[in-house]
Amino acid sequence: MKVMRAVNTKQCVPIIYALLQLIIFYGGRNVVTGVWPLPHALTVFPERYPLNPRTFYFDYGRHSATQQGCSVLDAAFRRYLWIIFPDYTAENGQFAANNSFNLHISTDHNDCENYPNEDSSERYNLSVSAGQASLNAATVWGILRGLETFSQLVYQDEHGSYFVNKTYIEDFPRFQFRGVLLDTSRHYLPVYAILKTLDAMSYSKFNVLHWHIVDDPSFPYQSRSFPNLSNKGAFHPETHIYTQSDARRVISYARMRGIRVLPEFDSPGHTRSWGKGQSDLLTPCYKGGAPSGAFGPVNPALQSTYRFMTALFKEVSSVFPDSYIHLGGDEVDFSCWRSNPHVRVFMQKMGFGGDFPKLEAFYVENLVNITSALNKTSIVWQDVFDYHERRSALSVVEVWKHGCYLCKVRQVTKAGLRVILASPWYLDLPGPTHNWARYYTVWPLAFPGSEKQKKLVIGGEVCMWGEYVDATNLFPKLWPRASAAAERLWSDEKQTSSVERASPRLEDFRCKLLRRGIQAGPLYVGHCKHEYQGV
Amino acid sequence: MRALSVSALLLLALGCCWGTQDNFLDEDVVEPVIQASKYGSLWPLPQKVQISDVPLKLSGTTFEFTDAKGSTAGASCSVLQNAYRRYFDYIFGGPKKQKMSRNRRSGPTEVTELQVSITSPDSQCDGYPGVTSDESYELSVDAPVAVLKAPTVWGALHGLETFSQLVYEDKYGAKTINSTKVSDFPRFAHRGILLDSSRHFLPIKVLLANLETMAMNKFNVFHWHIVDDQSFPYLSRTFPQLSQKGAYHPYTHVYTPADVKMVIEFARLRGIRVIPEFDTPGHTQSWGKGQMDLLTPCFSGAAPSGTFGPVNPILNTTYDFMSRFFKEVSSVFPDGYVHLGGDEVDFSCWKSNPDIKKFMDEQGFGQDYSKLESFYIQKLLDIVTTTKKGYIIWQEVFDNGVKLKPDTVVHVWMGSGSDAEMNKVTTAGYTTILSAPWYLDYISYAQDWQKYYKVEPLNFNAETRHTYPRLEGQPGTIPERDGKNYLGRVPDPAVLSLVPEPYLLRPGLAEPLQGRPAGF
Repeated sequence: MKVMRAVNTKQCVPIIYALLQLIIFYGGRNVVTGVWPLPHALTVFPERYPLNPRTFYFDYGRHSATQQGCSVLDAAFRRYLWIIFPDYTAENGQFAANNSFNLHISTDHNDCENYPNEDSSERYNLSVSAGQASLNAATVWGILRGLETFSQLVYQDEHGSYFVNKTYIEDFPRFQFRGVLLDTSRHYLPVYAILKTLDAMSYSKFNVLHWHIVDDPSFPYQSRSFPNLSNKGAFHPETHIYTQSDARRVISYARMRGIRVLPEFDSPGHTRSWGKGQSDLLTPCYKGGAPSGAFGPVNPALQSTYRFMTALFKEVSSVFPDSYIHLGGDEVDFSCWRSNPHVRVFMQKMGFGGDFPKLEAFYVENLVNITSALNKTSIVWQDVFDYHERRSALSVVEVWKHGCYLCKVRQVTKAGLRVILASPWYLDLPGPTHNWARYYTVWPLAFPGSEKQKKLVIGGEVCMWGEYVDATNLFPKLWPRASAAAERLWSDEKQTSSVERASPRLEDFRCKLLRRGIQAGPLYVGHCKHEYQGV
Repeated sequence: MRALSVSALLLLALGCCWGTQDNFLDEDVVEPVIQASKYGSLWPLPQKVQISDVPLKLSGTTFEFTDAKGSTAGASCSVLQNAYRRYFDYIFGGPKKQKMSRNRRSGPTEVTELQVSITSPDSQCDGYPGVTSDESYELSVDAPVAVLKAPTVWGALHGLETFSQLVYEDKYGAKTINSTKVSDFPRFAHRGILLDSSRHFLPIKVLLANLETMAMNKFNVFHWHIVDDQSFPYLSRTFPQLSQKGAYHPYTHVYTPADVKMVIEFARLRGIRVIPEFDTPGHTQSWGKGQMDLLTPCFSGAAPSGTFGPVNPILNTTYDFMSRFFKEVSSVFPDGYVHLGGDEVDFSCWKSNPDIKKFMDEQGFGQDYSKLESFYIQKLLDIVTTTKKGYIIWQEVFDNGVKLKPDTVVHVWMGSGSDAEMNKVTTAGYTTILSAPWYLDYISYAQDWQKYYKVEPLNFNAETRHTYPRLEGQPGTIPERDGKNYLGRVPDPAVLSLVPEPYLLRPGLAEPLQGRPAGF
């Protein structure tokens, strides 16, 4: 799923002009510009209430299962106070209104100290009225989504005073899995860039960071059990690695924003950097009758390989709390295996004949067993599904290849497996920012199939591969284009099928991202009230 | 020069059929072999450079830049003094610590001083760089004293940049420079970057950071495409309503006179010219918001439609306005040139307007609206001539046969047929600036720098080779005119045609310029 060559997808989906239920009032000068991604049920009234940062309070409802001291929410209140009132400093107090405003929070469960997971409810209800708003949700994760929505409802008039309109919202995600893939192997991304991406993800209600942490070019993950992997395999053994505490920091920062961290340790291909610090892991390639000195994929014919993988994944599953682990399994080149006499002998012994996909399936199944023993659900790229005969051994398949990707989604769900769709959202491929429409006009469920099949599509993912991406251009490449995918994955499809209607909302949302310090690229000609001031 | 807007609209239109316009990928891109270069990473590569294997040390506590005895620029030369501070910073990562162990004995292999000598009687310290500025320099690095000689401060700035690029850290982190000799001068006198501050407003900070980076690449012209259809951020003293009404925001999205001054001075200190572009008669929608009757009212049938087209060329008030406006521009921007645009004029609005039709008949233009455009440009050029400025125009003005002064600079931008255009323009005896292959705003992917690198500006099929030295905006050189070559460095044209890249070594990278098929 790395660099995809240009493919001509005949994917002309007619735009369905559905009426937006969003009600926008242009009453006088106050314009409610809306929320991104669009909530499922949103009613905004012309009546508006002033807000004053000095007399704005978050509080927990009397019957709320969570109360003060809830780490996730207490931190979120602090964060959102600054997001809601970007001009606010202790000194400037010339905000006109003196009326106090209370945002009452109430949850059904106390999951403050948990991690979000694949079953977490993110549903919330928000109602804004005079002097107060109430935000109710089953979980703290729902509250986080509701706070984000509330922050987008607040606006400033031309004198800088803050307002929010009377509003009712009922909202929940359309898909459970809404991910962004970051690739930290082709270029090292400093931890701050990952954290900032998590911030930006939470503004678009993404909930999974798929951390493609290692690959051929480098192995920046510092393993407790196998420190040589990054000592030898990282671009630099001290400056270009993720230490255990870095990983913990990313995971905890993500948790505070209701985001899961899904690590990917891709094998048996895409592992060149592993070989530097772990001898006998990769297959020696042969030329004529002798080793050529080059190495291929992980060597599936050795017992030591599986011992190593067991130890590595045991560590990984203890470091990363999420119940999913991504095992990769894509783009395996068989030529090196084919050249190696020991591998060929092993194939004979196993009765695979000359069928190398069988060898790969054997390898991946071993890894799936290793991770199941660790109580983890494994995700694989679609390649594994394509060559696997015993598909029942698999659980989640990520569809990434272009062409008729919905055909593949149909096929995988027919086999009863869960699907994550990535094909239409390869944001590293060239495309001007204003061409975001192609990421918006994606219809993940537009394939013939049963309701049960549709339910197996658990979500989608934006992929930002790192060949030509590092911290210098990550943000303008990701944002706001990823936000287009975010709306597809969160909102109701009928309400959000028109690019024309989405366009002014996305432009406005992009300006909000700039205001929050995210270097989001421009969609087209125009301006934001507060331009990006970094250099 | 706006082909992008058109293609952008096209892309928008195709937005729903995604995938079909995906073929941006350049299959021909060569993955370069990256290897260490014994020339360090000097970029752009000097004309002549010899780096020895002898490493010398530099230390932030002892090293200093000094003005050589006999230099025509001294302590009062702000361009140099500022540059010393800047480059000390680049090299040692912080400002100089005063009076730190000046007595410390320096080793025999330590460079303690870079003596800078400006050799021509006029150092140009207090002037502005111009198209005829001598940018050459010679640098010799040795212990304990390195010497930088340049006829003017502009050459010295480039020499300081080169010096800073020669410094590297040894494996213990000590600043090191090898004994080196460099003799350098630019191949072309005009090396520019265009920034567009109309379609999006660019904060001053961004403009300054870009100037800084331009200096590191030895670019010497900031072409400021300051206004256009979308917005008019230039705050004019004479016509303040232009930005009041025409900018995205009258206070936060404008360039005040102080901002403009700051940009010009920041650029001057880096040897960079600032050439403003006020593009007319097209690309002027934003002008119309603050200046009544400047734009042509378009008609729908017999009545005005409420929309406006290009500048109205048939009114005297238009030319009164332009006289006063360009008088201001010529006093605000010190450079000898101003860019007048003249590209992409849409005739449909002029065609719809009955007054213009009448005027066309009176003038005997018939149906040829390019004659009307020429009429306008002609008057504009006369106006600008009275301000004592030279002018640059986009290629359409030349193509439409407008009568141009012999020292007009023609800016070639159209992607297709730019070789033929270069040939036509130079054959007609005009100097020219080439931009066509360097539209960096176009969407591209992967190692796209290679295609910008492989461009050879002189690769067109010139009918008259003697026009070569007049390329790329060197009108002031005009060696043929008085027999004296001001730059003294443009090789004889005949030689140039035999050796396309004289003295040009390209170590490190695959040699893209050698054996390259013609007409890339």
